[in-house]
This record gives sequence, C-alpha cells and structure tokens, in this order.
Amino acid sequence: MSVLEMPGSGGADVAEDSLARPKKAVDRLLAGNAWLVFAFLYLPILVLIVYSFNDNQRVGIWTEPSLRWYGEMFGNARVLDALWNSIRVALVSTVVATILGTAAGLSMERFRYRGQRAFDGLLYLPVIIPDITMAVMLLLFFVQAFDLIFLATGIQFSRGIGTIMLAHIAFNISFVALVVRARLAGLDGALEEAAADLYANRWQAFRRVTLPLIAPGVAGGALLALTLSLDDVVITEFVSGAGSTTLPVYVFGSLRRGVTPLINAVSVLMLLGSIGLVLLSLAVSRRREGSGG
Amino acid sequence: MSTTVPPPDVQPELTEPAAPAGPGLEHDAERAESRRGFLIGLPSYAYLVAFFATPLLIVIVYSFASRSVRGATVLAGWNLDSYARMTDSLVLTIAWRSLWIATVTTLVCLLVAYPFAYYLATRPARSRAVLLVLVMIPFWSNFLVRTYAWRMLLGGDGPFTRLLHAIGFTDAQLLFTPTGVLIGLVYGYLPFMILPLYAAIERLDHSLVEAARDLYASGWQAFWKVTWPLSRPGVIAGSILVFIPSFGAYVTPEILGGRGSTMLGSYIARQFIGTASDWPFGSALSVTILVLMMVAATAYFRSGGKNL
Repeated sequence: MSVLEMPGSGGADVAEDSLARPKKAVDRLLAGNAWLVFAFLYLPILVLIVYSFNDNQRVGIWTEPSLRWYGEMFGNARVLDALWNSIRVALVSTVVATILGTAAGLSMERFRYRGQRAFDGLLYLPVIIPDITMAVMLLLFFVQAFDLIFLATGIQFSRGIGTIMLAHIAFNISFVALVVRARLAGLDGALEEAAADLYANRWQAFRRVTLPLIAPGVAGGALLALTLSLDDVVITEFVSGAGSTTLPVYVFGSLRRGVTPLINAVSVLMLLGSIGLVLLSLAVSRRREGSGG
Repeated sequence: MSTTVPPPDVQPELTEPAAPAGPGLEHDAERAESRRGFLIGLPSYAYLVAFFATPLLIVIVYSFASRSVRGATVLAGWNLDSYARMTDSLVLTIAWRSLWIATVTTLVCLLVAYPFAYYLATRPARSRAVLLVLVMIPFWSNFLVRTYAWRMLLGGDGPFTRLLHAIGFTDAQLLFTPTGVLIGLVYGYLPFMILPLYAAIERLDHSLVEAARDLYASGWQAFWKVTWPLSRPGVIAGSILVFIPSFGAYVTPEILGGRGSTMLGSYIARQFIGTASDWPFGSALSVTILVLMMVAATAYFRSGGKNL
C-alpha cells in the first residue's frame, strides 16, 4: 500500500517542454487548488496549537498566551496514567505485530502452499473492515471468552490493558504484513538465490540478504503500527475496562462531557508526538537511502 | 495504494537444485519449501484466527441470539428478529443518512483530491518529495485530535459561521449538523484519496498523453481519453478507502454531529456502550455493514483491481 509507505519520488519528471504539461492557465488553477488544500489540511492543526497557549477558561475566547494548561496537564494524574497506558500498549503491540507481520509478509510473498488464499483473505480483512465492526467483534469475543474461562477455572479476567494490547496486535499484524509484502514484491529474488548459490544456508541468506533489503519496509510497518496504536479510539474504547484507558480514549470521553482547554494541551502533545514520529522515520529512511543500503 | 498482489499462479523459484536431481527429489524439495513457508506464516495466522476470525464468528452467532426481559443477551432461542428490525423507519433513516453522507464525502474528496494529486504528480521530483511530506504530516497525525480541532473552527463564534452570518445566512449553523460531520469526514479522509490518486497519476506514462496531443487531441480530450482512464485504479482505490470508513463513522459524528446527524457507526456503538444495550441487534447491524463492505471490495477485486 503506497498509502502506508513513506513518500518516495520514483516517477519520471514531465519534461519542461512536454505537451503533457498542462497549459499555463490550467497550471495556475491547479496550483491555486493545491494551496487551498494545504491550507485546509493545516488550518485546524495551527488553530489547535495556538489556542492551547490560551489562558482563558473557555476554549474559543482568546485572552493572553500562557503555559497554564500544559502545567495542568502534567499535574493531572488521569492524563499521565492514560499517557503511560498509551505508550505501553503502543510499544508492546508494535514489537509483537512487527515480528508476526514481517513473518506473515514473507510467508505470503516468498512461498506457495495450500490454503494460502484463505490466509491472504484473513490478512486483508482487518484492513478493510470498518473500525466499529472490529470493535464490536472484539468486545463480544472478550466477554464470551472470559465467561468461559470463569466457568472452566473459576478465574475471573476482565478487560483492561491486556485486552487493549491483544486487540492492537490483531489489527497491526495486517498492516505490517502489507507494508513488508509490498517491499518484498519490489525486490529481486535473484539476490537471495545468489546467496544460496554461495552456500549461505537459509537463515544466513535471510539474515544477510533479505532482512537488510526489507529493513525499510519493516521499519515503515513498525512505524505505521506505532501510529495506528497511538491513534486508535474506537477499538480501544470497546476493549478497555474501567481505569485502563489510553490517551485518545480519555480525550474522546472528555470531549463528550464538554470541551476544556486542558484537552487542547493534551491534543497538541498527541499531535507533536505523531509529527515527531513521521519526521523521525523520514530522517531514518533518507539516511538509509544515502548510505546506499 | 500499490500493494501489488502478485498473480497467484506465478511460482517464484527460490530453490535451484545444485546438482541434477531426479523428479522425486525435486518434488520433495518443493514440498519442504511449501512447509517452511506455511510454518513461517503460522504464528500470525494462528493469532488472527484466535483474535479476528473467532470474534467474527461470535458476532455472527450473537446476531441470531435473543434478549432476556432485563436486556441481557441470551445465547438460545435463535431467531432473525435482529435482522427484521432493520426495516424500522429509524434504522432506515440512519442507514440512508450514512449512505448519503458517505457518498457526498467520497465525491467531494475525489473532486478536491484529483486536481491536487495531479498537480503534485507533475511537479519536479524534488518539490514533489517535499509536497508529499507536507501531505503525510496531517495524514499521520492523530485523527481524533484533528477532528476535534474542527469544533473550534465550526462553532458559533468560529470563523466559518461568522463568515456565513456576515454574508447573510444569519441562522446558519455548522457545528452539530450533518454538514459539520461532512466537513469533518472530508478533512479526515482526504489523504486517503490523495495518496492512491497520486500513486496512479505519477505512475502513468506521460508519453501517452504527448502522443494524444501529437494526434491533435485537445488538452481536455487528452485528459478525458488518456489520463483519466489510466488513473482509474487510483480513483477506485481512493473511493473505497474514503467510503468505507465514512459509512461506518463513529468518532466524527460523535464530535461534530448533533441529534439529527447520527450515523450507523454511532448507532451501533450505542447498542453496546450506552443506554440502548441491545447486543444481538448491534451485532446484526455490524454483520450487515461487514457483508456490504465485503461485497463492495470483492466487486472491486473481481473487476480487475489489484491494488488496495
């Protein structure tokens, strides 16, 4: 999925004098549209950032700049708990999903075996299914499973951070697998064959040849998993229990009760977190390209 | 989106036998190779069977269950009542509204994103990379937070409402209306339209457009007969990617919508968390949405679409 990959600039340029280039007037219109789209994309982000430094109790009324709400945010135990939950869930689900998803991508792209089509469908489905459906499925599953476990063993489990992690891994595996698979599809299988010809065993060929080649895909998949996990509201809300919410679920809940400037500060923290991740990944992928690897 | 799904019948040859081997040996090697591939995938598949396929099955089972007097789900007395309830006028109204909002969202996204993607794809490589990063930043930023920001922009003392009031629409309201939801959805899912379109347009061979122009096609004709058909995979992929989440939207109507803008996603959620608490009915609705989505996706793949 190129949507999920980091931007590259693969295509050929349209030559300056090419007839395929739009006319000047059309080009102006296109450029105008482009700037409007960029304004549209960035306007809410900028407004949010500016208003998070607003001193007023009410969200929409500007009084004077201050760091008051950031101070309150870092003094708020519920926010800090939710933040800590988010980080733990994202890290665990990213690590597990990256390992499992990479294996699934390899298995899908480099091998042929019976039943593969069915697995293929199983791998695609979590990507195209609406959030709400997956949330409902997982909620009922955990309720049902915990009932059965209680009946069988007398141990009562309940929804919490563990169920959130299990759910996030479930959707992240598919996304990682798709990204890794796309990377593998663009690679030349001959390189692995060459390694095998040079008496590398399977593991050595994987470790020395395949893995370095797919590393950008694996890193991209991991970053996507991290972002999706830090972003998710719907599924998390359904599978979390009392006292085990993540930051987005906390924000979502607060928004239903009414907007406070505290949420602006929390939102900016979340925004900066994800923007930081994108920039980091770009820096990493650029360096890798630069070193020719 | 360019996860090119490889044609299933192409067998990548990984193992070249080092020495001339009999057909039996070769066959064994192939089988060992297949088994290896299966085993590598096995942990992920086992995970997805446990935490995806099984939950899916449970929702389907629940959708046929009944409810006790107190509203609890009873896994007995299987029936089709929950499905029958979908012909209620309230459900139909909400379903119709979801369909309508999702369709308009998709069309608006397409209308805005196509020229934008075209512009991006025809820039020189260097500026193209920079512009693409500028699209990716909001795309990767938290969806909930970005939607929430619209609450300030669309509210009564926000710039858009003020503008509308100033130009004469004195009782115009955006926040907590279906229009507000529509704006939020377009904003949230626009990148899902831009990126596949960009990928499709960037990939197409511009010499074909030149050839059309050489054969005296006008710029418009060249676009309509060459560029547009060649970019259609991007159009379809983008439309699916925008339509599906818009149709099942839950967060956006919850934040930007009001009483008259409930969509199917929020309606389903209300059957599970909240006052309604009708799990079989909520399950039936989820199953129905899922089936509709799968039909749409299958139709797309059948029609020759390979990228999603």
